[in-house]
Amino acid sequence: MPVMAQIGAAPVSYLKAQTRWGAIETLFWLATLLPFYFLPDYLQLASQIAITALFALSLDLILGYAGIVSLGHAAFFGTGAYAAGLFSKFVWGEPLTGLIVGAIVTALVGYAISFIIARFRHFALIMLTLGIGLLLGAAANSASWLTGGSDGLQGVNIWPLLGRFKWDLYGYTAYGYSLVVLFVLFLFARRVIHSPFGLALRGIRENALRMAAIGAPSRAHIRTVYTISAALAGAAGALIAQTTQTVALDSLGFERSAEVLIMVVLGGPGRLYGGLVGALVFMTARDQFSGIEPQYWYFWIGLLLVAVVMFLPNGILGGLSRFLAHWRAK
Amino acid sequence: MLPPVFGVLFDGIAYGMLLFLLSVGLSVTLGLMNFVNLAHCAFAMVGGYAAVLLMRDFGWPFFGTLPIAFCAAAAVSIVFERVLYRPLYRRSDLDQVLLTVGIAFVSVAAAAYFFGTQLQPIELPNYMHGSYHVMGLDIAVYRLFLVAVGAVITILLVGAIELTRFGAQVRAAVDNQRMASGLGINVERTFAITFALGSGLAGLGGALAIEIVGLDPNFAFTYLIYVLIVVAVGGLGSIAGSLAAAVLIGVSDIAGKYYMPELGAFLIYLVMLSVLMWRPAGLLGRR
Amino acid sequence: MSAPALSTRQLSKSFGSLVVARDIALELPVGARYALVGPNGAGKTTLINLMTGILTPNAGQIFLGENDITDLAPEQRVRRGLARTFQINTLFAGLNALEAVTLVVCERRGLSREFWRNVAAHKEAIDEAHDILVKLRLGEACYQATRELPYGRQRLLEIALALATRPKVLLLDEPAAGVPPEESGDIFEVVAGLSADLALLFIEHDMHVVFRFATQIIVMVGGAVFAEGSPAEIAAHPGVREVYLGTRQHA
Repeated sequence: MPVMAQIGAAPVSYLKAQTRWGAIETLFWLATLLPFYFLPDYLQLASQIAITALFALSLDLILGYAGIVSLGHAAFFGTGAYAAGLFSKFVWGEPLTGLIVGAIVTALVGYAISFIIARFRHFALIMLTLGIGLLLGAAANSASWLTGGSDGLQGVNIWPLLGRFKWDLYGYTAYGYSLVVLFVLFLFARRVIHSPFGLALRGIRENALRMAAIGAPSRAHIRTVYTISAALAGAAGALIAQTTQTVALDSLGFERSAEVLIMVVLGGPGRLYGGLVGALVFMTARDQFSGIEPQYWYFWIGLLLVAVVMFLPNGILGGLSRFLAHWRAK
Repeated sequence: MLPPVFGVLFDGIAYGMLLFLLSVGLSVTLGLMNFVNLAHCAFAMVGGYAAVLLMRDFGWPFFGTLPIAFCAAAAVSIVFERVLYRPLYRRSDLDQVLLTVGIAFVSVAAAAYFFGTQLQPIELPNYMHGSYHVMGLDIAVYRLFLVAVGAVITILLVGAIELTRFGAQVRAAVDNQRMASGLGINVERTFAITFALGSGLAGLGGALAIEIVGLDPNFAFTYLIYVLIVVAVGGLGSIAGSLAAAVLIGVSDIAGKYYMPELGAFLIYLVMLSVLMWRPAGLLGRR
Repeated sequence: MSAPALSTRQLSKSFGSLVVARDIALELPVGARYALVGPNGAGKTTLINLMTGILTPNAGQIFLGENDITDLAPEQRVRRGLARTFQINTLFAGLNALEAVTLVVCERRGLSREFWRNVAAHKEAIDEAHDILVKLRLGEACYQATRELPYGRQRLLEIALALATRPKVLLLDEPAAGVPPEESGDIFEVVAGLSADLALLFIEHDMHVVFRFATQIIVMVGGAVFAEGSPAEIAAHPGVREVYLGTRQHA
């Protein structure tokens, strides 16, 4: 959140103040503990929301900060999910190692792909991300001997967390696990955003031509953030495989890529919390409206997208900060 | 006696002609204004459902519905262009993607609401049924018709682009927008007309598609992927590119499904990725 | 005799049959204050684009000092000390001036690859950025978002960003373009106050400014160098008067 600066404030302390933990931030994270006590029936949903929030955060890193529009980000989510699932099936079921394996495998895939991604912009870039996502989805479908195809991956067996916490039906372990992982990786992402590297990313998003004119190695930066983003998305995928004990083809599908994009835009790209807020709002709404016909869902989502673009271009958080700025000015 | 591969080739070309009709509008408008219109196939759907409505409820013959499909799609697109698209020409790629995807979602919902989610049945005139037996191959009459329509439209388009003044304005604006408006060409009006024409062609394609691939509310997205691939491969702003890419993709898809069904959809994704990495602006693109 | 800060040999560029640069040979010594003038469409910005690497020449070479930079990418040329400003503001609209210049300083110092330390921890880089801003009269406005700065300040920020790369050669493309006359004085005072080691080439249309600040004038017409010389020589050059200065001109 922006801080009012006094004339004469030292530049270093101004920049430091920009990155300090605010009261609202602390309240937000404390509030994530509420479902344990007040909404125990919704813990499974809360776990899904936490995982999706991590996925949305990973997309925000490349979309909101580096300006890369990706229509295929679910490729990394699915890769992490299948990697963790297969790891537990063929090697061993300890969840934390599985999580790390999922993240690392996906990071490697992301690193390889980043060499392609970093060379393109605009329409070609969008189509490349779309194509890669579709390709991986088709590959997973074809390799049904490995992935289980449309039946989903069978035989995923996750041991109790830290040897002690069993995976209960209510979802206490699932939500606790997802929440902690989300928080830790969020702290990491926050660090990245507030580093000189994060500043460079914003530069790329704001004006790629200018970045070249100041001698910045933009392609190397893009490769780095893409790899980090892939790792986070892979971690989210691993979480879903571990908490639901299965992996389905739709974890790689175009619909999932489109949904996570909508969530980031809904919350507000480039504001660190946009993906989290977007995931929360979107998934809660979908849960509430799960009874209605699919076409009504499409209708309202479509209308929402049009409304966001026309009236709320910086998402919910953008709208909130504009509202607060108006209110303070009074 | 020709080997079956020629039959597959012919089917691929026919399918490619359909893709060409669906894609050429998007290619030219993308090249012209760089506006990413992902609702393009929703306009195609308007044409398809307009044809269905006329045949089902008003008893029109199939051929009669085709020009109406063209006009209906063009008319709807004009409204959207005026009201929603124009304010967004200078906005980011992301905003354009989201707006037009939103419109596509709404169109899917509307189609499901008014027409239901099933595939639309269609009644073709009798002489459109069946196939000719030529040199040992079965050439479906309807597919031949598609190829003929595609050829005629191509000739008309190329003639318009190369020989008319309007075509020259389009070519100038695709090449260099700033200079074109500096020369007195009203780029926004040129774009609006081109956009309407392109959407009209998509509507025509939508109507023609009913017999070949079927029409249901998901058409707006299922065929959007194919259209995007054709546009990416063929290049932005190029009619010849769209034709070449459409035929290439059409043949690859049909051949892929016939000869290597396990690989299926793979092949066209690989084709697109390879072409884009080699030529980011497409095979014959101008940007 | 040490090599000139920047030189080109036989630099040529054409788009099909349209020739935009024809056999351009020029030399910019260390500490130069050269002006590049000419009618619209003469190819002045094109020449800068060729020198900075945004355009690839069809023929010819570019040297920075003694090094041939003809084949280097734009980012690499900047890192070797060749910086430019743009005629149309090319800024980081959403960042404030302090963030923007800090970004450039961090890139130059190789700090931008670090993603694990807070920006605020790099005190020296931030202070350097702030000093540059103060020198360019942007110290007070440095916390405002770039897009909220008045146009004249934005032009100064253009220069600040280029200076933060610690260039040896600075190419200024119409630095005061579009700035109201009251404010353009600011800009040229800043330019005049730049280090004597820095070689400067600026494109400018206002001949008052050119005759006041330049030690050498290069006149371009139709993609080629038409005339080159000291301000007095150019003012007296009959061809230049006809082609460019018109009847109401300087003496």
